[in-house]
Amino acid sequence: MGGTCVNRGCVPSKALLAVSGRMRELQDEHHMKALGLQVAAAGYDRQAVADHANNLASKIRGNLTNSLKAIGVDILTGFGTIVGPQKVKYGKVGFSENVVTAKDIIIATGSVPFVPKGIEIDGKTVITSDHALKLEFVPDWIAIVGSGYIGLEFSDVYTALGSEVTFIEAMDQLMPGFDPEIGKLAQRVLINPRKIDYYTGVFATKITPAKDGKPVTIELIDAKTKEAKDTLEVDAALIATGRAPFTKGLGLNNINVETQRGFVPVDDRMRVIDADGNLVPHVYCIGDANGKLMLAHTASAQGISVIEQLTGKDYVLNHLSIPAACFTHPEISMVGLTEPQAREKAEKEGFEISIAKTSFKANTKALAENEGEGLAKLIYRPDTGEILGVHILGMHAADLIHEASNAIALGTRVQDIKFAVHAHPTLSEVLDELYKSAKVNPHVSKSVSEPVSV
Amino acid sequence: MSSHLLHSSFIPTAPPSLRRRPGCASPLPRTPLLVQSKIREIFMPALSSTMTEGKIVSWIKSEGDKLSKGESVVVVESDKADMDVESFYDGYLAAIVVDEGLSAAVGSTIALLAETEEEIALAIAQSKKSSSSAPAAPAPPAPTSDAPKVFDEMPSPAPAVKASVGTNALGSAEHPASEGGKRVVASPYAKKLAKDFGVDLKGVFGSGPNGRVVAKDVEAVLAAAKLSGGGAKVQASEPPKPSGVELGSVVQFTTMQGAVSRNMVESLAVPTFRVGYTFTTDALDALYKKIKSKGVTMTALLAKATALALVKHPIVNSSCRDGKSFTYNTHINVAVAVAIDGGLITPVLQDADKVDIYTLSRKWKELVDKARAKQLQPNEYTTGTFTLSNLGMFGVDRFDAILPPGTGAIMAVGASQPTVVGTKDGRIGMKTQMQVNVTADHRVIYGADLAAFLQTLSKIIEDPKDLTF
Repeated sequence: MGGTCVNRGCVPSKALLAVSGRMRELQDEHHMKALGLQVAAAGYDRQAVADHANNLASKIRGNLTNSLKAIGVDILTGFGTIVGPQKVKYGKVGFSENVVTAKDIIIATGSVPFVPKGIEIDGKTVITSDHALKLEFVPDWIAIVGSGYIGLEFSDVYTALGSEVTFIEAMDQLMPGFDPEIGKLAQRVLINPRKIDYYTGVFATKITPAKDGKPVTIELIDAKTKEAKDTLEVDAALIATGRAPFTKGLGLNNINVETQRGFVPVDDRMRVIDADGNLVPHVYCIGDANGKLMLAHTASAQGISVIEQLTGKDYVLNHLSIPAACFTHPEISMVGLTEPQAREKAEKEGFEISIAKTSFKANTKALAENEGEGLAKLIYRPDTGEILGVHILGMHAADLIHEASNAIALGTRVQDIKFAVHAHPTLSEVLDELYKSAKVNPHVSKSVSEPVSV
Repeated sequence: MSSHLLHSSFIPTAPPSLRRRPGCASPLPRTPLLVQSKIREIFMPALSSTMTEGKIVSWIKSEGDKLSKGESVVVVESDKADMDVESFYDGYLAAIVVDEGLSAAVGSTIALLAETEEEIALAIAQSKKSSSSAPAAPAPPAPTSDAPKVFDEMPSPAPAVKASVGTNALGSAEHPASEGGKRVVASPYAKKLAKDFGVDLKGVFGSGPNGRVVAKDVEAVLAAAKLSGGGAKVQASEPPKPSGVELGSVVQFTTMQGAVSRNMVESLAVPTFRVGYTFTTDALDALYKKIKSKGVTMTALLAKATALALVKHPIVNSSCRDGKSFTYNTHINVAVAVAIDGGLITPVLQDADKVDIYTLSRKWKELVDKARAKQLQPNEYTTGTFTLSNLGMFGVDRFDAILPPGTGAIMAVGASQPTVVGTKDGRIGMKTQMQVNVTADHRVIYGADLAAFLQTLSKIIEDPKDLTF
């Protein structure tokens, strides 16, 4: 029970990142000395670290299962296939199959790590995140293919545990999904000072696992010209090139549904659309399987949206209000649009955008912790006060973003939130700074409080 | 820190505000006072926890200007920002030692502050004398003071293999990963170090899996370059090597060199004798490998072993101060002789027998850092009761040291090398062995005492499990 998140994703990865965060702190002699601390060289026991992750996953899986049972959920174990409208068959290999009927069906089969062609996974030296989270060994040198948040988080874990990392990225810059300004600072803080180097604009066309004493070999070609660029010889390779939906064998053709690149097509209410463009009644698809925004909490939110509909209350989820976080040290989080996306929208729809920025160096709590490295950025419309996007890189960024995501979800505008009080000294004052420094055009009225005389 | 360089007689004149009208007795006696005036040094401050050197952006005050405490004197560029540096004393900016645009290491002198106008001229003369031996840019100038100068901690007596890897580094190496030298396979950190320090990876021998060049291979090249003083591609911001010796010239001793010379001459009055011993260090090397990751150094291990042996032989920890009595020291303070640019200093590990090996290692690291920053206090380098001197890192197999005055014994440690030995049962085997030679004051320490001490020390080193307490 629990899917990718509990077993092969969020839960074990955060356990490993907790370990790596502490390791990094304890090994940062400079940082410790600046605080007046002395720490003898820190070490770790690989098995104990792996156990922490595994035990956590088991615990949460157990809690989850018990909670479900407690509210009266029946758990049927087996591989499920839709055989017709409101009819599902399920069974395990070697056992007889059962058929059940249901009023509504929700497909939430999730995703698996995507492995590009030419890459041979052996589960030991060429691995995906599934294997990496078991932490069966810590290589001296690991190449990570893909510099998105999964690759980035793993680089944090491996470098803290003593490995050296090489990133292989197909796009021209690292961390292509982040706001470029955040990406630049992230490179300065998360990559340059660590034992990490990188190749951008290249594909790994062939990866051969280690065998007979020979190391893992990776052949790189230029992403555009396709000519051979280099061959790497490393101790291990982690494939973090994204996730592919797991929708094979669902029997979707039995209800006339065709997947698009493996994803199940849905509308904004998560209702499945068939090959003719019609809504399939009583069938919904949430989470990674529909590909709208492949994050665990998105799946939950989409699920809630479906349940609301099933109980008679319509609810459309605003995907732009869903925050995302990357749990490196320091953390990165974002909600809404990146600056280039905002500028594009602004040009198309004919409005202006403004940016408010602040550094964690100005925040008392961050300085007290000697963690002044960080940046927070607010992208908004000065004519209406609408918040278009917020990006944070810094200590506890993943927790701080929610003020912004709440604001976007509720349609709160900058001028409404400007006077809100934040406790001192906390990191949340970073956002306070953003709101207070944002300048909205004077004629725009506030939604709450007395009318302002012009 | 201030250097007392000048004694001058100072006749105070009452400032106008204090002068009474004629007819009243003057409150201030007009007797000459002897005042030690101070020429203070203004040091490059550490403006952030990560700053190691700073660049002078501009001097706010010029030579000859009056300075008050708290006033900004100079703008320094650190790794984070440009910051104003204040003066801590009242006085006059007598001499600027580091000019605008030049850099200096944190803790080095950047200017001299004189208390009174009269001393300005003297300060200028002093700064000219001290800067004549050091080039102007970009290395930090050498200030005159009796504190130790810039500092290189010699690596522990690791087997000569480390040095030889360095010397081989500049030859080419055949290894599978490089496809006959066509491609250089180097780990990310090795590449970073090579780039920062200007090392050409092509010639570096790779000790990693499949002949890969790893960080420590690059570090070995740098260490060898430092030792041989040559390394054309080593980072230029290292302090100037003593290769600036002008043949045929007569160079005065610095204060430190004068002190060393005095001590050595004094030791001629002490009747010394020497006892040599060969230790087998296989067990010690194994222990070192095991606890190296916890920050333990070979220096600390040897100091601890010596201290534990001294516990059992307090006579070797004694000295003869007045020529007619034993002074039995209450503490076992092991001083370790360290060579530094142009001098020699002996930071002391206090109570080395009582302190655990991890704290000892940490303390050693602190002492080294302090000495580098010229912040060693006298009680940190003069309170040794037993001295260790190690030339093993140069491959020296044995030597004998001169006894520092006020102590009873000094142990000279050579390199540990794999040696073919014959055992009593007629077999031939290989052991890693290290020769030591102890010089002792025969007025208090006799041959048998010293031999017994060495025998105990040999037992501790060959069975080092007690060292980890």
